[in-house]
This record gives sequence, C-alpha cells and structure tokens, in this order.
Amino acid sequence: MSAPPHEPGATAPADITADLPAKAIEGRSPGRIAWLRLRRDKVALAGGAVVVLLILVAVFAPLIVSLLGHPPDQLHEDQIDPNLGTPIHPFGGISRRFLFGVEPVNGRDLFSRVVYGARVSLLVAFLAAVVAVLLGTLFGIVAGYFGGWVDALVSRVMDLLLAFPQLLFIIALVSVVPNSLWGFSGSGVRMAVLIVVIGFFGWPYVGRIVRGQTLALREREYVEAARSLGAGRGYILFRELLPNLIAPITVYTTLMIPTNILTEAALSFLGAGVKPPTPSWGQMLSAAVTVFQADPMFMIIPGLAIFVTVLAFNLFGDGVRDALDPKGTR
Amino acid sequence: MPQRSTRFTLAAGSAVALAALLGTAACSGASGGSGGGTAAGFNAAAASVVHPSTAKGGTLRFTAAQDFDSLDPQRGYYGFMWDFARYYTRQLITYDTKPGNASLKLVPDLATSLAQVTDGGRTYTYHLRSGATWEDGSPVTAQDVKYGIERTWAQDVITGGPIWLMQNLDNSQKYPGPYKDPAPDKLGLKSIDTPDDHTVVFHLAKPNGDFEQMLALPEGSPVKRSKDTGAKYGLRPFSDGPYKFLAYQPNKTLVLVRNDKWNKASDPIRPALPDRIEVVYGSNADDLDSKLLNGEADLDLNQTGLQQAARVKVLRDPRLKASTDDPTTGYIRYVSLVPAVKPLDNIHCRKAVIYATDHKALQTARGGPIAGGDIGTNMLPDGVKGADTKYDPYGLTSNGGAPDIARAKSELQQCGKPGGFSTTIAVRNNKSAEVASAVALQASLKAVGITTQIDQYDGAQTPNIIGVPNVVHKKGYGLIVMGWGPDFYTGQGFLQPLVDGRFILPNGNNNYSEINDPAINGEFDQAIATTDADKAGQLYSDINHRVMQDAYYLPIVYDKALVWRSDRLTNAYTATSYSGKYDFVSLGVEGAK
Repeated sequence: MSAPPHEPGATAPADITADLPAKAIEGRSPGRIAWLRLRRDKVALAGGAVVVLLILVAVFAPLIVSLLGHPPDQLHEDQIDPNLGTPIHPFGGISRRFLFGVEPVNGRDLFSRVVYGARVSLLVAFLAAVVAVLLGTLFGIVAGYFGGWVDALVSRVMDLLLAFPQLLFIIALVSVVPNSLWGFSGSGVRMAVLIVVIGFFGWPYVGRIVRGQTLALREREYVEAARSLGAGRGYILFRELLPNLIAPITVYTTLMIPTNILTEAALSFLGAGVKPPTPSWGQMLSAAVTVFQADPMFMIIPGLAIFVTVLAFNLFGDGVRDALDPKGTR
Repeated sequence: MPQRSTRFTLAAGSAVALAALLGTAACSGASGGSGGGTAAGFNAAAASVVHPSTAKGGTLRFTAAQDFDSLDPQRGYYGFMWDFARYYTRQLITYDTKPGNASLKLVPDLATSLAQVTDGGRTYTYHLRSGATWEDGSPVTAQDVKYGIERTWAQDVITGGPIWLMQNLDNSQKYPGPYKDPAPDKLGLKSIDTPDDHTVVFHLAKPNGDFEQMLALPEGSPVKRSKDTGAKYGLRPFSDGPYKFLAYQPNKTLVLVRNDKWNKASDPIRPALPDRIEVVYGSNADDLDSKLLNGEADLDLNQTGLQQAARVKVLRDPRLKASTDDPTTGYIRYVSLVPAVKPLDNIHCRKAVIYATDHKALQTARGGPIAGGDIGTNMLPDGVKGADTKYDPYGLTSNGGAPDIARAKSELQQCGKPGGFSTTIAVRNNKSAEVASAVALQASLKAVGITTQIDQYDGAQTPNIIGVPNVVHKKGYGLIVMGWGPDFYTGQGFLQPLVDGRFILPNGNNNYSEINDPAINGEFDQAIATTDADKAGQLYSDINHRVMQDAYYLPIVYDKALVWRSDRLTNAYTATSYSGKYDFVSLGVEGAK
C-alpha cells in the first residue's frame, strides 16, 4: 500500500485541462501537470535554458576554451601596455582572438577565465545546495515528525546557525585551513571548505521549511493509516512524508543555488575563495576594483557573468515554484 | 581643440575613463593657472633641481595614506619619516642636498666638519657649530647629542627604530638606556665622550667604514633631556630644526610652523622656504591621488607612487606626465630561492627557475618599466659602491626579458628532474604587485614543468612567517617573493642582512635563502673594517658575484615609483639618499605671498 504521492488537494485544476487538446483526457501525474504549467511560463523557460547552457559551458569548459580561447593561465604580455598595465586594444582588449578581452597586467584570456570560473561557481553552488538540502531535510523531517525535545533541540540549533555571522566565520576558517586536507590540495581544499561551510550554514533555511511541512503532514490521514497498519518510523518518514516534501525542497534548492553563487563570489572577492590561479568570478571582480577606471571591461565581464547566472537561476526557480505550487502568491 | 579630439580617441575604450580624464584635465589646467608654475617635464627632478628658488613663504601640503610609524627621531624607521625628520631634527652629519646620487655624499650639519677618524678607524671626533639652538632658544650641546643617541638603548621604551648605533657602540657594556641609567646626568654610555659642550667623541670596539652613514640617520639626532617624554616623545618632538610642531594627531592632522629660534647661520643644509607645512591624511589612496592631480595638495608624503587609476590618467596625458618623476627607489624586488627546500638544494634546479622565468612578465606585474622599474640583473642596485647593473650572469635582460626555455630544460636535466618539479611560492597577501609577480612566476615556470602553488600569507605577519626559517622549511616555501631597501647605500646596509650567514635569525630573518658561506662572511668583515670606500666596494662587488653565481636570488626589478610633483613646488629634486623621494627639506612653494 502506498499513500498518494501528493496532497489530494493538489490534483489538476479544471482550467489547465480545459486548455489542452480533448484527446488527452487520461489522468496526469502531478509532476506532469507541473511540467505543463512550467512549459507555459516563457520567462522561466528562458531562465532554464540559460541555466542548462551554463551547466554545459561548465562541463565542457576545456573543450570550449580549446576551440575559442587560450589556456586560462597563459600570459599574453603582448596584449598589455607595459607602462599602463591595461590592454592595448580598446574595450578591454576584446578581439576575435580574445572574445571577452584580456586581464590587465598579465594579459590572461578573460573568456577562458570566465568559462573556467563558471565551473567553480556552479560546482560550489550545486554541491553546497546538496549538502544543505540533505542536512536540512534530515533534521527538518525528524524535528517535525517527532516534536517534543527533539524538535526543540533542532529548532534552537537552527536559530543559532541562522544568527551566526557566517561570512566572518568562513573568512576566519579559511585562513587556518591547511594546504592539503581530506585528500585535496590547493584550490581543491578551498572549494571543499566552501562547499561544506556554505552548505552547513544553509541547511537551517531548508530545515525550517521541511519541519513546517512535516508538522502539517504528520496529522494527515494517510500517515495515520500507515501508522495504524504498523509501519515503522523510518518507513513513515522516508516513504510517506518525504515524497510529499519533494516539491518545496525542489523549489528551495533552485532558489538556494543563486544565493550560493553570490556567497561564493563574495567570499572570493574577500580573498577567502579558491586560490589563484584557479579562476573565479568573485576574484576577478576583486582584482578589477583597483583598475576599473582604466579598464572597466575587466569589472563588467565577470560582473555580467554573475548577474546573468543569478538572474537565470532566480527566474527558473520562481517558475518552478509557480508550477509546483499554484496556490502560492506570485 | 585638436588636443581634445586626440584624447578622445585614446580614451574611446571607456566612457568612465573619458569622463574622469576630461574632468581632471580641466581641473589641473585651472590650478596651473592660479599657481603660475609650468610643468618642468617628465623626470626633470630626477637629475636636476626643478624651479630653483629662494623665495620664502606659503604652505607646503603633503597627502598621506599612511601615517608615520613614529616622529620620534630614535624610533622612526619608515623611509619617508627619515626624509621628513630633517624639518625638526638635526644630525652631526647628514646627506647633501643635491639631486640623484649626488645626495649620497655626507656633509656636516651640526658638526663643523666630517669626523676626524683616528685610532685605526675606532675613534670619531666631531666639533659642534656654535649657534645651533632648540626651539626654546637654548643651545644644542654635545650632551644633547649623546643623550639622544643613548635613547636607542632603552629598547623597552624606544621601540621600532634602527639599532645600528647600538650594535656598534655598546662595546659589551650592556648599557640599559638613559631611563635606567644610575648616573645622575643619565650619560652613562662609555663609548661616547663629551669632553666639553661642543665636542663629541665616539669610540668603536671594531672599525666600521659605514659608521658615519649610521650617524646620519635620524637615530643620531640630539634630544634635550628635560624635554624627553619617553614613549610619548614622538607625538611632540622638541625641535632644533627650522620647523616646530603646531599640531599633531596621528592619522588626522599634522602642522609644522616656523621655529623662530632656529638660526639660519648655523645651518648650511636647510633653506626653510615654506612658512607652514601641512599633511592631509586620507585612507583612500585613489582619493589622495585626485587631490594631487587637482592641485589640492603638492606631493605625497609616503612617496609610494601614484595608484593605477591616476597612473593611467597621467601617462596618457603628456601635460600631466610633465608633472611627474620616475626615480629609482633603491629597493630591489626579488625572489629568494631557498636551498633548504628540496629540490632547490641543487644549484641546477635553482638555475632552472631563473632561466625559466619570464622577466618581462614579472616586470609588467610590478607595474612595467615606469611604475615597476628596470629588470634587475643582480643584487646590487645602482648607487651602491661596487654595483654594476651591467653584470647580468643569467642574461635576464636579453631578448627583452624573455625566458630561456632551452637552458632551463638543460638545467633541469642536470638537476635530475627533467620533467620538472613542484614547489610553493610564498607571497605577502597585502602587496598586490607581489601577488601579481607570483602569478606571473607561476605561469612562466609551468612552461618547463615546474608546478607551483602560491601561498598568500598574512603580510602583517611577515617576520613570523617567512622570517622564521623553521616555518619556511615546514611549509616548503621554495620561492619567496620579497623586496628590500637599504638603510644606507653601502654593501653593508644593502647586502649584509640578505646574505651574511651570521644574520640568519630564528625570527625576523631576512636571509631567506639562509646563505652561510664563510667566504662571503669573511669578505663582509674585511669590507666593513676598511675605511677605504673603493676597496669596500670591490669586496661588495665580489660578494654580489658569489651570490649570483650560486643562484640564490632571482632579481625582478630595480624598483621605481611614478610620483607626482606639483607645479607649485620649487627646489624639487629626488634624492637617492632618501630612496628616490623628493628631498622634503629643500622644497618651497611658488606663488607664496
């Protein structure tokens, strides 16, 4: 026996089916309904397309760079005015050889660095979101279902973490992290630390939502039914409750990724991110501060990369939320 | 307006830069008109005196992003403090007020002449000029000179200053300093005699040919005992120079006004032209540069050079460029190769690093030929006796500074690491040009298979990180990016802390490569003992050759700084004796009423 995978109230509203061709009268799963809603949201789809593109760019960075750019660490002194330290060519040195121009002082190819920077940003953001979701779901569902002292404890821990000055903590932590740790070295260590720490400080946000939802769901009839039939706690938590929490978790994950991208950029900007020469958008912005009057393109390009990525994820995330939760206010 | 249209095309790349450029050009034009000065030309003050004048009056305005470490003559160690100190302190002897390397000559100040050196270079005798006075009108005496110098011994109170005189004059007495001196007149140091009020005799245990160089530092200034406020003296030093303090609040205000008790006839050095000297403090170096370019201030107190934004503005506009100078600062920027970290114990691996480096890229990272400096060829910069910048054993300047990949690979073969090796580059995190140098070094070494990771350590902790050999070994810092400027321009001041094995310290070490070569150490002893500067120069040249042959150092550049010189300034010239800074004490301002 199994409970309905979604709340009974969330069955397809009449207006959706009314628009569709008459031949498709068969029952639709909630996931399919959500997809149909999402498909009609052009803005979200555009955001989603950009997200997919960015992921492809990050995955195929070496290929893209070998076709359209130069190795990201290669210096191109010939592109730099040695006395000014700025690109010889106008607009930050943008040309057919250097699609996004070159970095001031050392003449590294900005296109390659932005493309490789996408890897760092997305990897840290995704994995940190995964860490946060895993921890948040686990603690949230446990706190919500068991209540009592377990709930009190978990809730207080979440309050504590939400009030914690995480940016300062990470900056302090990064300065004492050794050069090799957990089998990683150099930038790998920094990335691992960023993922763990950003994820760790992100889970209470997920935890609160999951706890709230669990509180509402645990009194539902299907849970009662499972319990009366002798289902174990683990079964109820992960087979009965969890499938019904997928929607809010998905929405929250897509909205958490852009926040993580911004956090990673902010930390890199402050020098607590990945180590040079590993390219990162925040680091580029930080380097651009001193030269932005002379070479504004060096600030504009990584700035745009962050802006476009965060906007795309936010638009897509909003669309996913609307699609999964039609009752939610826009 | 043809000039405007050329600028327009130049700046076509950036609307922001364009707006800033036109704005600045307009402002500087206006100030040029009101000041009545004309720009003397790029680098004019490096070789000659710009706008020579004896006209008195006006206010000289400095900008400062960084405040003095201390204005106490025995405690200040910043180069710009030494330059500034001549406004309110006098020494027995000082540097000549002449442009460029001519400033390195020592001339008498409080003393009537340079020392009479007797006893095989162990005794230095000076006679004081009559007429030198403190700001209360009392005469500067031989006892004041001795008391001032004695203050350095009180290392618990008088912290932070150079200790050259203490090292050379203590003569195993372990003098506790004047504050703990049991003698009633607090003049218990035995190595300085004051037979009368105007005679000072120094007795050295061992001869040191650079002793007068040390006396010329502000460390050798007299202090009047009744006016000594100990650790607080730096907040209000008692002047015997042409200016005295009207107000000083660290990082807020500093105003000097004329000391009317100063007797011009007693002072051959100081023209004392402005009526008033002010420092405008600010935390944003770009803002301070704008103040200079707008004519709101005359020159930078710190003399560290214009920031990137102002530099680009100035170098793109010939009219602005004419108001700048590009002196060498005496600093050498270098990479220390640490033999204690394998495989750099092998000379061939060290040579491979030197040959594989793209010297042009490192120069650009430092700021290019103008703001960074000329590519360094060896470890003694021009101006030091025994220096020969044409000595280039690794051909660092050949092919425009390009790397010599073939030789690097052959050295790697001989080192037994044909595929390269890996090591760590240590660099201060608070010096952007050094970080950029490390990045360029990393990129160029990668071409021959030497993989490196850059460790950016906390720059404020430098003496406790790279200054501790154990930490260097433990962290595997094979390559250390650093810079060094001498206290005085001799081989002793410049090279000894970097390469003498007896200067390897457990903490605050500067000999990062831990060079301990008996031949080098012995040559230092000989060079220091002689009073013949030419002979010493020959020995220092020899030491330099040894250090370069053993590939302990990779010179990056002989440092330069692009500094702003207001058109109002008169008597402006840069002095090698003060690390290429303008000689503050000679400056005047034009258009003074």
